[in-house]
Amino acid sequence: MFRFDAFAICACLALAPLSALAEGAESWGSPIGPDDLKGMAAYAPGGGDLPAGSGTVAQGRDLYGERCAHCHGEELEGIPETGGAKLVGGRGSLASDKPVKTVESYWPHAETLFDYVKRAMPFDDPGSLTDDEVYAISAFILNRGGILPEDAALDAGALAQVKMPNADGFYPGDTYDLRLSWGRADN
Amino acid sequence: MQTNAGPSGATADECDCRDGMRPDLPRRAFLGRTVGAGAGFLAASVGVAAAQEAAKAPPGAVLYDVPADPTKEMGRALLEDGGYGTRSQFETEVRIKEDNPTDTTSWTFTPLAAMLGNLTPSGLHFERHHGGIPTIDPTHHNLFVHGMVAEAKKFSMADLKALPSVTRKHFIECSGNTLTEWKGVTAKNVQRTHGLLSTSEWTGVLFSTLARAVNLDPQADWVLAEGADAAVMTRSIPMDKLMRDGMIVYGQNGEALRPEQGYPLRLLLPGYEGNTHIKWLRRLQVSDKPFMTREETSKYSDLYSDGRAKLFTLEMDPKSVITFPSGEMKLPKPGHYEITGFAWTGRGRVQAVDISTDGGKTWAPARLDTQPEPQCTVRFSFPWHWDGSEAVLQSRCWDETGARQLTRGDLIEMRGVNSVYHYNAIQSWAVDAAGEVTNVQV
Repeated sequence: MFRFDAFAICACLALAPLSALAEGAESWGSPIGPDDLKGMAAYAPGGGDLPAGSGTVAQGRDLYGERCAHCHGEELEGIPETGGAKLVGGRGSLASDKPVKTVESYWPHAETLFDYVKRAMPFDDPGSLTDDEVYAISAFILNRGGILPEDAALDAGALAQVKMPNADGFYPGDTYDLRLSWGRADN
Repeated sequence: MQTNAGPSGATADECDCRDGMRPDLPRRAFLGRTVGAGAGFLAASVGVAAAQEAAKAPPGAVLYDVPADPTKEMGRALLEDGGYGTRSQFETEVRIKEDNPTDTTSWTFTPLAAMLGNLTPSGLHFERHHGGIPTIDPTHHNLFVHGMVAEAKKFSMADLKALPSVTRKHFIECSGNTLTEWKGVTAKNVQRTHGLLSTSEWTGVLFSTLARAVNLDPQADWVLAEGADAAVMTRSIPMDKLMRDGMIVYGQNGEALRPEQGYPLRLLLPGYEGNTHIKWLRRLQVSDKPFMTREETSKYSDLYSDGRAKLFTLEMDPKSVITFPSGEMKLPKPGHYEITGFAWTGRGRVQAVDISTDGGKTWAPARLDTQPEPQCTVRFSFPWHWDGSEAVLQSRCWDETGARQLTRGDLIEMRGVNSVYHYNAIQSWAVDAAGEVTNVQV
């Protein structure tokens, strides 16, 4: 009985301020205006969020040469001195002693390529590419990675259809490894 | 003797008797001192013009003349510092940076061996930036919360500071901490092996408080957090984590966040890998699935030896390290030493720490010098009589969930050596007969 009483008292003490808080909460912050989120977006797998626009491998080749090659290399081979990553190659290397992780060999989703180039590239002028340009550059990189043909064009629908070579190469991360829990008695 | 630059920037040659290495005196009197550097500033103050010109105050300090007897000369008047204090000119510890192609996407290490107590001074908190450090006017900064919510809202900094707040101590560890050690001994000292770890007192609003204001959709399961830096950094965060203890913080160690720590606003996810604590936070997009951003797929995923990789290994596993004695230090002679270090776990509180002085053959419990708190470092210590013979010093820890820090062999058996992230194996420091301390793997 004592425990029940104590619980009841605690519950009353706790609930009163919480309910007051919840009522006030509706007035916190202010509504988001129509232009507030302009230029802010994220493009998740599935393609539903991808913007309008399109670009071809051929357009991407020219754009890549102008905007990307000075860091990532003419052959997308990467330039260590600039920090520009190697973008293609490395397929079949992930289980070896020297895995080569590139868009071609490692990235599980093509939408991620669009998202990242759009938000953070080129490194020396981030966020300056139009949606059309990002589709074109993505198409070129995927073409050089042997994932899209030379005459390919990308738009929202086509990008969502791209199957990346390493799409099935990942474990979910929420599995717990019991070997962590051998405890103190194993000395 | 080794000549690599030590954590303080001084070389070992300058100083045979580094911090805490006088077995005949209490260690406290020597912590944080670099005798060689201190003597340098002293010399500059007593006259030689060239030396004076060459002498520069350490970062965060102002150089003053040092009187021969401070009791015979009036000291400085107050507020000469303009109202914001500086550290002593004799305190020289600084962050050091990784040698990367650019300094705008790189990292700096906290000088762990010089830390006094459990909190990291804000100016020594480790850094990891992917697009440099932005300068953000807080009066123009908003946090947008939208997506699967009934009422999309924006919060100004003033809005956020008016909400109920919490203040909690938590560590942040980069999941790349200690990554140089996967394939063999690489880093020389504990600043480079373990310095992507820092602990602060954080102040801000719980995500669960904001959630009330926007009225989450019951199907909401993930939240994209986005920063306002040139990398426009994004990570997907599980909703249960955000609702459990996720914080939107604007305060660090009693003052506003430092710019390099996300001023004016960052995400704080106790115990999660550092990259998820999005700095310069501007947007939270609520969804029913993860966004699979570049940072959580092509980076911050753990490659196993079978060629497959694990996604979203977000909680940092139990880990500890001895900071004294540690790599590049030298014990001047046999005698009593107080072994000290840090232990931490992303899964809750540290439960216990053990010390071995024989490379893991035998173990004994260390003393916990601070009260274990959830997802916070603890300081530990262990009295040790060094008899002058070779020794290998190790620490290992457990947390309250029963998870333990693995040996290097067990960790590699489980994860291979190409994981890059989440290296938390037991660290070994060898002491040779001359007292030199080096990084080894056993």
